[in-house]
Amino acid sequence: MNLWAILKVAIRALTRNKMRSALTMLGIIIGVGAVIAMVSIGQGAQSMIQTQIGSMGSNMLFVQPGNVRANGASQGLGAASTLTQEDVLAMEREVPTVMAASPSMRASAQLVFGNQNWQVQLVGSNEKFPMIRNWPVVNGVFFTDAEVRSAARVIVLGHTVADKLFGAADPVGETIRVRNLPFRVIGVLETKGSTLGQDQDDTAVIPFTTVQKKMQARGGTSVGQAMISATSSDATNLVQQQVTDLLRQRHKIADGDPDDFTVRNLADVAAAGVQLTTIMTLLLGSIAGISLIVGGIGIMNIMLVSVTERTREIGIRMAVGARPSYIRLQFLTESVVLSLAGGALGMVGGGLAAAGIAWYLNWPSLVSGLAVTIAFGFSTAIGVFFGYYPAHKAAALDPIEALRYE
Amino acid sequence: MGGNTDDVIRIDRVSKIYQTGDILVHALRALSLNIHRGEFVAIMGPSGSGKSTLMNIIGCLDRPTKGKYFLEGADVSTMGRAELADIRNKRVGFVFQSFNLVSRTSALENVELPLLYAGVSGSERHRRAKEALAIVGLSDRERNMPNQLSGGQQQRVALARALVNNPSIILADEPTGALDTRTSVEVMEIFQKLNRERNLTVIIVTHEADIALYAERVIHVRDGRIALDEPVKNRYDASEVLKNLPTVAELDEIEEKEYQ
Repeated sequence: MNLWAILKVAIRALTRNKMRSALTMLGIIIGVGAVIAMVSIGQGAQSMIQTQIGSMGSNMLFVQPGNVRANGASQGLGAASTLTQEDVLAMEREVPTVMAASPSMRASAQLVFGNQNWQVQLVGSNEKFPMIRNWPVVNGVFFTDAEVRSAARVIVLGHTVADKLFGAADPVGETIRVRNLPFRVIGVLETKGSTLGQDQDDTAVIPFTTVQKKMQARGGTSVGQAMISATSSDATNLVQQQVTDLLRQRHKIADGDPDDFTVRNLADVAAAGVQLTTIMTLLLGSIAGISLIVGGIGIMNIMLVSVTERTREIGIRMAVGARPSYIRLQFLTESVVLSLAGGALGMVGGGLAAAGIAWYLNWPSLVSGLAVTIAFGFSTAIGVFFGYYPAHKAAALDPIEALRYE
Repeated sequence: MGGNTDDVIRIDRVSKIYQTGDILVHALRALSLNIHRGEFVAIMGPSGSGKSTLMNIIGCLDRPTKGKYFLEGADVSTMGRAELADIRNKRVGFVFQSFNLVSRTSALENVELPLLYAGVSGSERHRRAKEALAIVGLSDRERNMPNQLSGGQQQRVALARALVNNPSIILADEPTGALDTRTSVEVMEIFQKLNRERNLTVIIVTHEADIALYAERVIHVRDGRIALDEPVKNRYDASEVLKNLPTVAELDEIEEKEYQ
């Protein structure tokens, strides 16, 4: 049969009821738009995580002390204080693929300068922090090995913290109060930006020894976590294995007993992040998909109305020789034209929404070919699926009854 | 019942039984009928006589419950819906009381409709549809929508549509039922002209006795059977009748005089 003729009849039938066709399409527009926007945003988030984790240094690994149980209650990962300064030194000394290792302690503190104050998560580290985190000082200097050993009261500020306490003034050389102890500001770190809404620059670094001696009630030699820089990104798996062996040996863990620590490389962290955003994308995408189905039901509804309204026309067409299959194709074409036109408009709308959100959040904009293909495929499928029943109903009409229909 | 080879329609003991609820309705009872090529036949009968059922079967819109129906020698009584659609497309031209044009579709496109389903190409469709409209004298109304045409014009478009695919029979169901006297005769004139000049077989279903007089053979249907099948003795010639009918202008004049 002549497809062009069918298409022409379909378009004419649809333009006859412009308002109705537009409203029916709106369901598909919203559905497809939502799917595209959600998938694009999800993919944007994913690539954002990957680039940001990449910027932290792909050579990086974390060691966290293991899970301890006190009176049968799990205290959670990192609660144990089994990881010591000696462990960290041993990693660097005995594992050749470890370029640098540092404790990584956390403590929250109120920072005060003049009449300004700021609450911050302090990081306790050694002098290798800038190298491991791939995060240089842009103003002033980082603290030295000697300052770590002497637990000096020196502090390097993240960009946000410097901004909050000093504004435009130069903080280097000034003295601020951290938990009421005077600290000398010796440097400011380079701006990192934010990852998933978390400001990386809202931090400050002090020697881990200072945290141990000045900020902990119990003191002791536990270092919380450790961070390691491998000699190359290819070596991270080797480092993971060798550090695990070393720590098991140092902690005298018998074969078969579980580790009392966890070594994670950034690839794992990235994978976890990607998995999270994948789940998020799937979730949002399926919610959007539901609205697409609702749009499809709208098409079916309108097509059923249209078949009833045009019963007489169907009768005429059958009387002059239209086969039932042709009538079916005619109505299927109408529903597919509706859903495809809606899909195209929805794609533009969804793409614009995704681009807008990406621009607002400063994410890479990713309206992928995949999302477009899926949207087109889906809207065609919706048109065929939800158009089939009304089209079948039209084709099954008895021409005599249809001609008599008022 | 025998029949010669030039029979366009050969109906052999056809019965049609409908089920309405629990009741079986015998619309046709072993009805037999032959119509040969070039005949102009009128089928008459009161409502409930089975004449509509007979028309639906002749037009291949319906199939007999029992019996055989041969249209141009082809047994259509056993055909499926798609095959019947093809038969209607190529061999039957329908004209209805209520015109049954597709609304908001131009006269030309309405006439093209059977050709569209016959798979005729666009330019050929155009050419043949224009030709058919010229035959019924509506060349100047090709672009008009049905609602821009008078009843008589609409029926002439329907006629053009009926004959555009060169059918074996033209089947008209009360073709003048919705028209005034003069327009009715004008439509009958076209039927007679097509029948005479193109040797088209025309079958008209009507309950108006004087419309039946334009045919050359009248078949009376009653209780699902043929009650009477006779030639028309004093056949009307529509062209002659038209000469004696008052024109619209004359009718207006008569109306005018009433108020003077």
